Amino acid sequence: MGRELTKKERLEIPRNAMPAQDPAERVCNFDEVALGYTEEMAVGEAERCLECKKPKCVDSCPVGIDIPAFVHAVTDGRFAEALAIIKADNTLPAICGRVCPQEDQCEKTCVTGNKGDPVAIGRLERFVADREREGGEVKMPVCKEPSGFKVGVIGSGPAGLACAAALAIEGHDVTVFEALHKPGGVLIYGIPEFRLPKAIVRDEIRSLTKMGVEFKCNFVVGSTATIEELMGEWGYDSLFIGTGAGLPYFMGIAGENMIGVCSANEFLTRVNLMRGFDFPKYDTPVAIGRRVAVVGAGNVAMDCCRTALRLGCEKVICLYRRTRGEAPARLEELEHAEEEGVDFRWLTAPVEVLGNDDGVVTGVRVQKMKLGEPDLSGRPRPVPIEGSEYEVELDSIIVGIGQGANPLLTQATEGLDVDKRGRIMTQEITQMTSIPGVFAGGDIVTGAATVILAMGAGKLAARSIDCYLRGVPMVPEMDGVDEGTEVGAPPASDPEPRTQNNVH
Amino acid sequence: MARILEIEEIAPSFKSYIIHDPVIARRHRAGQFVMVLLHEHSERIPLTIADSDAVRGTIRLIVQEVGKTTMEMGTLQPGDSIQVVGPLGKPTHVENFGTCVCIGGGAGIAPLLPIALALDDAGNHVVSILGGRTQELVILRREMEEVSDEIYYTTDDGSFGTKGLVTHALDRYIEDNGQPQLVIAIGPAVMMRAVAEQTRPLGIRTLVSLNTIMIDGTGMCGGCRVRINGENRFVCVDGPEFDAHAVDFDRMMQRQRIYLEQEEVARRRYLESHNCRAVAGGG
Repeated sequence: MGRELTKKERLEIPRNAMPAQDPAERVCNFDEVALGYTEEMAVGEAERCLECKKPKCVDSCPVGIDIPAFVHAVTDGRFAEALAIIKADNTLPAICGRVCPQEDQCEKTCVTGNKGDPVAIGRLERFVADREREGGEVKMPVCKEPSGFKVGVIGSGPAGLACAAALAIEGHDVTVFEALHKPGGVLIYGIPEFRLPKAIVRDEIRSLTKMGVEFKCNFVVGSTATIEELMGEWGYDSLFIGTGAGLPYFMGIAGENMIGVCSANEFLTRVNLMRGFDFPKYDTPVAIGRRVAVVGAGNVAMDCCRTALRLGCEKVICLYRRTRGEAPARLEELEHAEEEGVDFRWLTAPVEVLGNDDGVVTGVRVQKMKLGEPDLSGRPRPVPIEGSEYEVELDSIIVGIGQGANPLLTQATEGLDVDKRGRIMTQEITQMTSIPGVFAGGDIVTGAATVILAMGAGKLAARSIDCYLRGVPMVPEMDGVDEGTEVGAPPASDPEPRTQNNVH
Repeated sequence: MARILEIEEIAPSFKSYIIHDPVIARRHRAGQFVMVLLHEHSERIPLTIADSDAVRGTIRLIVQEVGKTTMEMGTLQPGDSIQVVGPLGKPTHVENFGTCVCIGGGAGIAPLLPIALALDDAGNHVVSILGGRTQELVILRREMEEVSDEIYYTTDDGSFGTKGLVTHALDRYIEDNGQPQLVIAIGPAVMMRAVAEQTRPLGIRTLVSLNTIMIDGTGMCGGCRVRINGENRFVCVDGPEFDAHAVDFDRMMQRQRIYLEQEEVARRRYLESHNCRAVAGGG
């Protein structure tokens, strides 16, 4: 580049819009919507960064990526170096660049955003990751000499993948157990192709395989083998549980077991994992009819709305009991859904599923809401408005109001402490559970959250596991951490109930 | 992947598969099932484990060919491999109850076999009532006779045993012998509902094993949900066995029909392409 830009000049550059498929066209295909920056756009966007001395963006990144350093490398066209800086803290940048809620994290505190739009950090992250992938030569991290320790990672979603990568780098022999027939967890069964192409997830998994990580699919820990057996006769020295929040919540209203009501998990799994959109070429059917309502406004709900449109639905209605401002979905997902023609009914809650004598859904009765005082989640509580009920004609209803902790593994594991919502309790910082040598992280600990938080937890747990195996203190004393984090201390629980919906 | 070692046609459109999967074989308990995936384009289907041999490292699945996937499974050969995951579901609670009446209808006899075996091992007096449309559809008679102290047969056409339904045989049994301590009924939903209605006024503890639509089989999709005492339960992780008197059979039977139309499309398409290929091969 030429001369150094002044701060004023940087602030004057408008944020580069993300090239995207035309809405009218993209609702007819499952191809990725956001097309990614060109090199020119990326450099231009990176130049907007003020390179703050005390960068707030780094503090707001759940894994603490050195954002100004990588952005600066982009301005100079040193893309491989930019990627290396990201990868020091985040093993899955092509995924996070696409699915992180940047507007609530790094971009929220970006100083450039104080007066105008923040630097598009997520898009830059995606750009450098994609550039390497498309170049065909993915630089592999160097793994240390084999440690002789065997570690099992349970679940191959974001937490498990991040944990497995970090453990493999430390030289441990890692096996990832996956219950489904394909690895990737929510990245495969949940997030649709048009938001996260599966080829990217497959590439990440292939990289892990090259690093020596073994994937055992069709293996349900708790059923196929217990934690006790894995730590015993199977010979694992330590385990990480990253099984996610895989238990769908239903609404608890009349008629919700009628034909035509399904969970977001079921709908998305039929389409994404089982390729139901290509029935009968693929054997798993999807039948949602022409008019569909999706309940909820998190990312999962947006994925359902937009998948339904791509399956050819004429009308897709999104029912959410609060307003757009409280919707937990990423801003970009909301915008894309709006552009694609989803009919948003804010402040509207379903009260009864309507059906015919055969138990087939014919519609839903909804009620208008208004916002009241904040509830435990800090968001305003939706209050029903008397006499505001009306009916909507529908063929099906997809329930995307969140997930709880799946009890399969926890119920099968004696001595594993869980809270009253079934989430695994872990020690702060070390993330060790009540069973020595068994660690946990991600949605199974926090409740449904984001890909990046799960990855961060997986990576931190890997550090503790490494210390545990090598017999060094998991928490360095100089960090000034008080008791309760030592090995064998009772795990800390999270007394604050989380009510936020699915936001991965 | 798990290798199929043996395939045997045990009745018209019923095949028995011996599958090599030592981990599942060792862990299997009566009442549990596996999810099976034939290939990349297949659907995942739940199949109850009819028997297991921990020493040989095998499980036995008995499959009635009713739809595309089960018919396609029937074309596999020993040596072929399929994906199998499990064992899933809660095992049957087995203890010495006293007299247990095990009622099996059609394909339901297969999941009943390991339960009857476990009840027999626990010292129960096992009375089996097996029914089918015709004699040849009353499967696993020899195996069930081995684990039963008494056995009664019914067929719709009277070709074997008593002409009539399993509920008639249960009526007669209770009339002659008094009430059993436990009834387990596995078969078509209509049959299980009929047994439940029969034992409810008598206050006989009755269990049923439900067969609902599932995708993952691990509690993730909720497609298998049923109303049990007015509350949603997942057949895959909370079941497959439930107190028969608590099950909302009517809604469950509606839900079993969700994809009837698509299942028929897939079945017909499969049969057509299958026949075409056979003709082409022969010509």
